[in-house]
Amino acid sequence: MSDSFDFDGRAVPFDAGQSIGAALLAAGVASWRTTRRGARPRGLFCGIGVCFDCLVTVEDRPNQRACLVPARARLQVRSQDGTGRGALSV
Amino acid sequence: MPFVPVPTSSAADVVVIGAGVVGASCAFYAARAGLQVTVLDRGPVAGGTTGAGEGNLLVSDKLPGPELDLALRSARLWREIADEVGGFEYEPKGGVVVAASESALADLNETSAGQRAAGVEAVPVSGTTLREYEPHLAPDLRGGVYYPEDAQVQPMLAAAHLLADARAHGAQVFLGHEVSALLRDGERVVGVVTAARRHPAAAVVNAAGTWGRAVAALADVDLPVHPRRGFILVTEPLPRVVRHKVYAAEYVSNVASDDRHLQTSPVVEGTAAGPVLIGSSRERVGFDRTFSVPVLRTLAARAIRLFPVLAGVAVIRAYRGFRPYCPDHLPIVGPDPRAPGLLHACGHEGAGVGLAPVTGHLLVQVLAGIRPDIDLGPFRPERFA
Repeated sequence: MSDSFDFDGRAVPFDAGQSIGAALLAAGVASWRTTRRGARPRGLFCGIGVCFDCLVTVEDRPNQRACLVPARARLQVRSQDGTGRGALSV
Repeated sequence: MPFVPVPTSSAADVVVIGAGVVGASCAFYAARAGLQVTVLDRGPVAGGTTGAGEGNLLVSDKLPGPELDLALRSARLWREIADEVGGFEYEPKGGVVVAASESALADLNETSAGQRAAGVEAVPVSGTTLREYEPHLAPDLRGGVYYPEDAQVQPMLAAAHLLADARAHGAQVFLGHEVSALLRDGERVVGVVTAARRHPAAAVVNAAGTWGRAVAALADVDLPVHPRRGFILVTEPLPRVVRHKVYAAEYVSNVASDDRHLQTSPVVEGTAAGPVLIGSSRERVGFDRTFSVPVLRTLAARAIRLFPVLAGVAVIRAYRGFRPYCPDHLPIVGPDPRAPGLLHACGHEGAGVGLAPVTGHLLVQVLAGIRPDIDLGPFRPERFA
């Protein structure tokens, strides 16, 4: 029985050492962010921390690179719209 | 070795040295006036002074006097250029200057009263209403002044679009062409020389920004333009969290200061692309481009003092460059009587983007033999001698 983290209310299993992005992809999730202007779907692109396409909100911190953040049991991972900080808009 | 002459271009009316926003503005007005214009830069468009700036078009930081006269006129010219050319994120967002102490507020109110008398729109804002202007401002600020005429552009785009317009009006632009010497006919400057060719011209404009002194030296003229290093932090893209140009009242006194040591005062603004820009620092360290973590840390802390919400926001990069300052903190604009044919348009310190249109406009009036709308006396190149 592998550990799992929470992604938008769903349990996503992962293997030790896997990144959040790898675990999401293995669970069939290809997109977890929308772009700021066109609201286009985004997920893993480079997979090595360079392109910032795979941004995701982890434990209420937006804009974390899913390909770099190690998966941990019971992490709260949320898909993200645009900047991930829409609540700050004035 | 046989002598191989470099090719000679056909004579231009004016050669502009520098493809930053000031040179681009000179080229823009000159080409639209029907002059044959050549622009040369040793690097790319906006690769020197302009590219290291924030794109501030401020009247709020100018005290009554000749520079404020330039700024007020330039604010109107930027509005016209935005309408006619556009494409450079012109935002007439207004500025809010804030004071954290009663004494700073008293100074600010005195400054703004003088500015109002000189024709600036300046609206006092009480401490309790500041957050109607800027909801994320710290709640304990004592008050401020709202300056609706302050605005912002993306400076690299502005330079590029002004140059593109000049080219559409017949200007030629040579990037990566460094001027190595001036062509002389006796005392007169009659063009420039690069490694590739000679560019004869009836007039040469020195719009080399922080490097204006080196260009002037080619004519054996001393122009006291010196570098002042400034850093800017760039945050991750955000929704609109800062509506105006927001800065602390002490920025104005820092600009005017002659202290050579580090000075910082928070200047915070959003951008059309999303990141918030955080300035400002000033240090006299020559052309030393070394990054300074303590300066960056201070900038961040001061911005958070104004906008506590920024404490949870990531900075994704920082950039730095040199503001070209003169001993009297006024730009150098006009013909140089020590080298007839050479005109200067440099030394604008941190105001070069804001003052670019009026600088180009006035210089082209000089080139056309028209009396400039604004007296160039305070900006004359030989005033330091």
